[in-house]
Amino acid sequence: MEQIPQIPKEKFKLVHDENNAEQEKISTPSLTYMQDVRRRLFKNKVAVVCLTLLSIIVLISIFAPVIAPHDPNAQQVTLSNLPPKLGNLNIPGMNGYQNMGGKMVDAYKQAGAPKGTSFILGTDYLGRDLLSRIIYGTRLSLVVAVLATLVDLLIGVPYGIVSGWKGGKTDTFMQRIVEIVSSIPNLIVVILMMIVLKPGLTSIVIAIAITGWVTMARLVRAQTFQLKEQEYILAARTLGEPSMKIATKHLIPNLSSTIIIQTMFTIPNAIFFEAFLSFIGIGIPAPNASLGTLLSDGQKAFRFLPYQMWAPAIILSIIMIATNLLGDGLRDAFDPQSSDH
Amino acid sequence: MTKYILKRILYLFLTLFIIASLTFFLMKMLPGTPFSNQNRMSADQLKIVKAQYGLDQSVGVQYVRYMVGLLHGNLGTSFQFNNEPVTALIGQRLAPSMQIGAQAMIVGTVFGILLGAVAAIRKNTWVDTLATFISILGLSIPSFVLAVLLQFYLAYKWKIYPVALWDNFQSSILPTLALSALPLGTVARFMRTEMVDVMSSDYIELAKSKGNSSWRVVAKHALRNSLIPVVTIIGPMAVSVMTGSMVVENIFSIPGIGEQFVKSITTNDYPTIMGLTIFYSFLLIIVYLIVDILYGLIDPRIRLGNGGKE
Repeated sequence: MEQIPQIPKEKFKLVHDENNAEQEKISTPSLTYMQDVRRRLFKNKVAVVCLTLLSIIVLISIFAPVIAPHDPNAQQVTLSNLPPKLGNLNIPGMNGYQNMGGKMVDAYKQAGAPKGTSFILGTDYLGRDLLSRIIYGTRLSLVVAVLATLVDLLIGVPYGIVSGWKGGKTDTFMQRIVEIVSSIPNLIVVILMMIVLKPGLTSIVIAIAITGWVTMARLVRAQTFQLKEQEYILAARTLGEPSMKIATKHLIPNLSSTIIIQTMFTIPNAIFFEAFLSFIGIGIPAPNASLGTLLSDGQKAFRFLPYQMWAPAIILSIIMIATNLLGDGLRDAFDPQSSDH
Repeated sequence: MTKYILKRILYLFLTLFIIASLTFFLMKMLPGTPFSNQNRMSADQLKIVKAQYGLDQSVGVQYVRYMVGLLHGNLGTSFQFNNEPVTALIGQRLAPSMQIGAQAMIVGTVFGILLGAVAAIRKNTWVDTLATFISILGLSIPSFVLAVLLQFYLAYKWKIYPVALWDNFQSSILPTLALSALPLGTVARFMRTEMVDVMSSDYIELAKSKGNSSWRVVAKHALRNSLIPVVTIIGPMAVSVMTGSMVVENIFSIPGIGEQFVKSITTNDYPTIMGLTIFYSFLLIIVYLIVDILYGLIDPRIRLGNGGKE
């Protein structure tokens, strides 16, 4: 009889068990909802580009006093309407030359500007540095947008929550108000408010906020209606949580995606209204610059000095496009089902 | 349906009443005076002028008067523009605004539908990307920025269209283009989403499996069913076109109501501001009403909802 060779114990391996463990292992870390949202947002290239662009613009406006090369309101009438000039670089369109009667003339020399003066985006009709004005103008437009959005949130969110939470007669009454406010054209109310109030930052914010909260209130109400029926809300109620606590602890966190997305669409809206009001001359009063006033000034002189119109038009368009696209990206990130890709 | 329409009309009057009252009292709160050469008038003269416009009575009396006048279709008399009745002023200036507005809506909607449909059919290709990009541009760039750029290139530089003139169809092209960008973007985007949904539905599969050509499927089934929801966004679009036309009319010097409105604001002409505010609101509410009724007729499910809103 043949001897069965002794097989060392360590040569035995539990095949199944290890395979199972391998299969069952969770290889990716578990993500919270917010982490998942962030991951989806950063996967979206367009949204990332917009986010970067907007961050740069916001940073520049925050640090405007450091970055702006000149005082935006300092007038030097002798140096008025100078074309863009970037140092001593000889780039067509950026070399300080201007077409005068068919000939290219060095406008800086003609105005008797001291050697070495250069305005990257040129100067306006009062000799104010256009680049500095645009930086400060963007800052002002963004301030209006942020403030108007904040007021929107402060009115719209509580209004929507109360209306949705209470339901019944309160809701009907509150919704009638919303219906009436929303049937009055936004712009008309804004313009009327601007006529009554003194022109300026506060008035613009108030005027925009007066009509702006309606959409937010509507969305929040509809969402609250749905959330109200959820089990965890029922549990909280059964445990005797006061309504106020339910609203802040359970409703608002679950409403956050709706609120954030709507905010991203309120911001370009506010920027548009500010630019619009300033463009027709009832917005930000002189001498302060906003994108709207700069554009309006540029439009008046566009035949001979088109550079004065280009810069504010481009910046305004970039901000509008970037916020809209970022809003889209956020919506897709918060609610993957909404995207149809 | 009749009950619903009646209810809506009732709301229409209620809203108009509130708007009219609101504008009236807001205008009374205004600082300053509409009489620009007040300093040169003696106290007696001022009294006479004020009496002429009925400004010597108490606010309450003025309010009742204004409201009664409103019921009779009388919006008061302009302080600035040759003492003309506001209604006459609006009447003269309505046609150009309506023309540009209608043209912009038609151009924007038609091309928006085409753009959206093409994007949906060629989903996730470069055609789709391009179409989406165009619609984002249309949505984002304010109409007045576009108007200024169009004026500079097409009118001033290349001299294809007049810079700022109002006489024939030629002169209405630039303002129409500037205003149609927003409806175009909105419709294209909406249309794409709708159509992508429709294209993946069962009845499209069925139509395809029955051997219909893809062109026929799109034209007969997909396009038609995607178009219905587009009706809902006509209302908000009309609002934005009207908003845009205020400043676009100014840029192109078009004698429309938008230009008049801006002019009245800068000259403190209260009766005209009030009249135009009420008129604009009236127009908008009517547009919303028509759109809601239309939608109710097209899609019966909406009638069962809560008041056609939301």
